[in-house]
Amino acid sequence: MDGAQVFEETIAKDQRVEPRDWMPEGYRKTMIRQIAQHAHSEIIGMQPEGAWITRAPSLRRKAILLAKVQDEAGHGLYLYSAAETLGADRGDLTRRLIEGRQKYSSIFNYPTLTFADVGVIGWLVDGAAICNQVPLCRSSYGPYARAMIRICKEESFHQRQGYELLATMMRGTAAQREMVQDATNRWWWPSLMMFGPPDKDSPNSAQSMAWKIKRHSNDDLRQRFVDMSVPQAEALGVTLPDPALRWNAERDHYDFGEIDWDEFKRVIAGSGPMNAERLAHRRRADEDGAWVREAAAAHAAKRAGAPA
Amino acid sequence: MSDDIKHEWPLFEVFVRAKRGLNHVHVGSLRAADHEMALHHARDLYTRRNEGVSIWVVRSDDVVSSGPDDKDAFFAPSGDKVYRHPTYYSIPDSVPHI
Ligand SMILES: [Fe+2]
Ligand SMILES: [Fe+2]
Repeated sequence: MDGAQVFEETIAKDQRVEPRDWMPEGYRKTMIRQIAQHAHSEIIGMQPEGAWITRAPSLRRKAILLAKVQDEAGHGLYLYSAAETLGADRGDLTRRLIEGRQKYSSIFNYPTLTFADVGVIGWLVDGAAICNQVPLCRSSYGPYARAMIRICKEESFHQRQGYELLATMMRGTAAQREMVQDATNRWWWPSLMMFGPPDKDSPNSAQSMAWKIKRHSNDDLRQRFVDMSVPQAEALGVTLPDPALRWNAERDHYDFGEIDWDEFKRVIAGSGPMNAERLAHRRRADEDGAWVREAAAAHAAKRAGAPA
Repeated sequence: MSDDIKHEWPLFEVFVRAKRGLNHVHVGSLRAADHEMALHHARDLYTRRNEGVSIWVVRSDDVVSSGPDDKDAFFAPSGDKVYRHPTYYSIPDSVPHI
């Protein structure tokens, strides 16, 4: 059997493709692009919440937030590690991110205006990420699937700490409850956009499904997320900002309103409220760290006896 | 900026022993300037929740592996040696503890 046959058979049998196996160029490219985009999202995703670490209202919340943001850094690194098994280079991927040649999730281009945003990000943004990521634990590329298993184990804490934070605020003052509602209003629709364009406008999806990189369509996952979120919002006592949201007994799902796909496209194209700032921050961090990386490399070379 | 040094740090493979009595298992890779830093980064990256009691790091370019093309040469010869398995031998049911 040649490489192509082995690949086809591996996919058909629902087994995993491993780094040194033969794979179609398109599969390798798609995998690198998806993993890199995912890694970039984790790394950029540290910023909106990271902004609140020094301003967390208690030591407990600060420790939790610090641990959560550190996890996101870890997720980024697990994923860069998976991308490197395909021949990508971590430094090169970072460069592509900084130069705007590779994307990250549109959700992180929205600002975190109050501490309630930290809670809503945990609840909705990490919640949507979990919906997306759980099926990826069975993705056909072995190193990616294994990274996703590790990530999913850690995500549950992210969502629960956010929900608990919000529940605590809802038991507080009227002003605090208002903050939670306001944050929910701002994050709900962008969270629904995290699942990507509707199936009819998602041309690459069919190939990704055939290669078993993806297991469910964007619209299916989005519906699942809506169905899960409605009772959680009710238990919390907040209203989801969608007048069209109602139970449909015939479909056995919640119906929901039309998503503003123009906004989605604008944000993806770079015109979201925070795109420029997120990239500038990442670029600054890279530049500020350059001398440390160089010094460490020089020190290691010196100790190994090689000329620096 | 660091234009000329793209690959400033080499790649290391990380193995973690989850608890006493178990083997070290491969968990992923990371970049570090040297072995010592690789160990510290591995601690931060792969054992944030008591996932391990011991870590190995190995430079990725020191790992030698069999490839998919060697599969038959390497593993086919053991395929027909069924007599290496205990179930190959028939023993009467009446014989205990064997
Ligand atoms: Fe994450
Ligand atoms: Fe998360």
